[in-house]
Amino acid sequence: MSEDEIARLVEPLIPGLRRYAYALVRDATAADDLVQDCLERVVGRWHLRRPDGDLRAWIYAILRNLHLSALRQGRRRGEHVGLDDMAEPPGVDGGQLGKAEFRDVLAGLETLSEEHRTVLLLVGVEDLSYEETAKVTGLPIGTVMSRLSRARERLRSYLDHGARPNLRRVK
Amino acid sequence: MNPIDLPVGEDDLQAYLDGRLGAERVEAVERYLVDHPAIAADLERDRRLLAELRDRLGPKAAEPIPARLRISSIRAGVRRRRLLHLRSVAAVCAWLALGGLGGWMANGILGAPNAEPVRTARMADDAIAAYRTFVVEVVHPVEVRADEGAHLVGWLSKRLRTPITVPDLTRLGYRLMGGRLLPGRSGPAAMLMYDDDAGTRLTLYVKTDETEETSFQFVEEDGVSAFLWRDRGLGYVVTAATAREALMPVARLVYDELERPPEPKPANQL
Repeated sequence: MSEDEIARLVEPLIPGLRRYAYALVRDATAADDLVQDCLERVVGRWHLRRPDGDLRAWIYAILRNLHLSALRQGRRRGEHVGLDDMAEPPGVDGGQLGKAEFRDVLAGLETLSEEHRTVLLLVGVEDLSYEETAKVTGLPIGTVMSRLSRARERLRSYLDHGARPNLRRVK
Repeated sequence: MNPIDLPVGEDDLQAYLDGRLGAERVEAVERYLVDHPAIAADLERDRRLLAELRDRLGPKAAEPIPARLRISSIRAGVRRRRLLHLRSVAAVCAWLALGGLGGWMANGILGAPNAEPVRTARMADDAIAAYRTFVVEVVHPVEVRADEGAHLVGWLSKRLRTPITVPDLTRLGYRLMGGRLLPGRSGPAAMLMYDDDAGTRLTLYVKTDETEETSFQFVEEDGVSAFLWRDRGLGYVVTAATAREALMPVARLVYDELERPPEPKPANQL
């Protein structure tokens, strides 16, 4: 594989990768750092990818895995707290935030758990197919569909009521 | 049953919203939404939120790509690091070439960080020696058997002081037999053993304390093949008495399985 060919295949994906990274970390520099880490891995491990595999899913999976390890190590822009982990939405205990805060869709996105945020972004914004999203997240496709449904339900409920809906737990 | 007659599910509704629903299901979904106005209203709200989300994030993708993210810049960075690595390898080789006293001195002067080829050789040697010792064992090939899976993973993770993942190799016909703990130069190492229906055994050797990241390297020693690499602080060696071509897919699958992030929760719990 010639070097130009890597650029030809990978560079068209960079705008989407930057958008996805930005939606995950919400900081322009940190997002581009994340994309850079991802691309270094892509170039360094080009020979390890499956030639018959889905390149886009492979690269998005690398980016997401880097983001997850960074989250686990607690660096890169503090803590992301999923809605599942909290009793209350962040910063509203004193009631300082107006209703308008709740209506911001990006703020709403941030209240979702990482797995809900990821499927919503990959499908809704990055236009990955359900199969590709299943590959990136390592989940069966049925679980991807359920998470997508749940993510939209939670986002809607949070933005409209500023609170977590009383969900049935699906066991 | 004809797909048109199947009841409407949340997957239908999601695919309808995303414009990915098969034409044969659209009518059923639209009929369902007429009958269930509350669900139709939620779906419409979801559609507007999605448009809003795309509008808000869209400008990010429209920005020109920063120069540092061009593949040519990325490649230059990766090359620079590899070159530094090669230089340190070359330095060790040059020192060793001085022979005798020179070589002995080099060993002392060039400490651990530069002794990369030596470390690689040691890791491969240790793994192959362990393979040779235990693969022929009939009665006790492993210390903890695979049927005690959780115990095995917990125990090895605890002793290596890092979470150990057991790759699933069933796609290539290999089942986990179990694992054991081994002594290593810089702390304990773990060995997992797999076999297939023909009784062919292979091992995955895992050791901690590896700061370098390397891609696949191949070693062959008296009919025993090994692929080794280092990633995120761990060194891995996949060993079997097969040809390089036969072992490569196994090494790749092990690598893929280790790349997969651990599921924080069981998949059926949403």
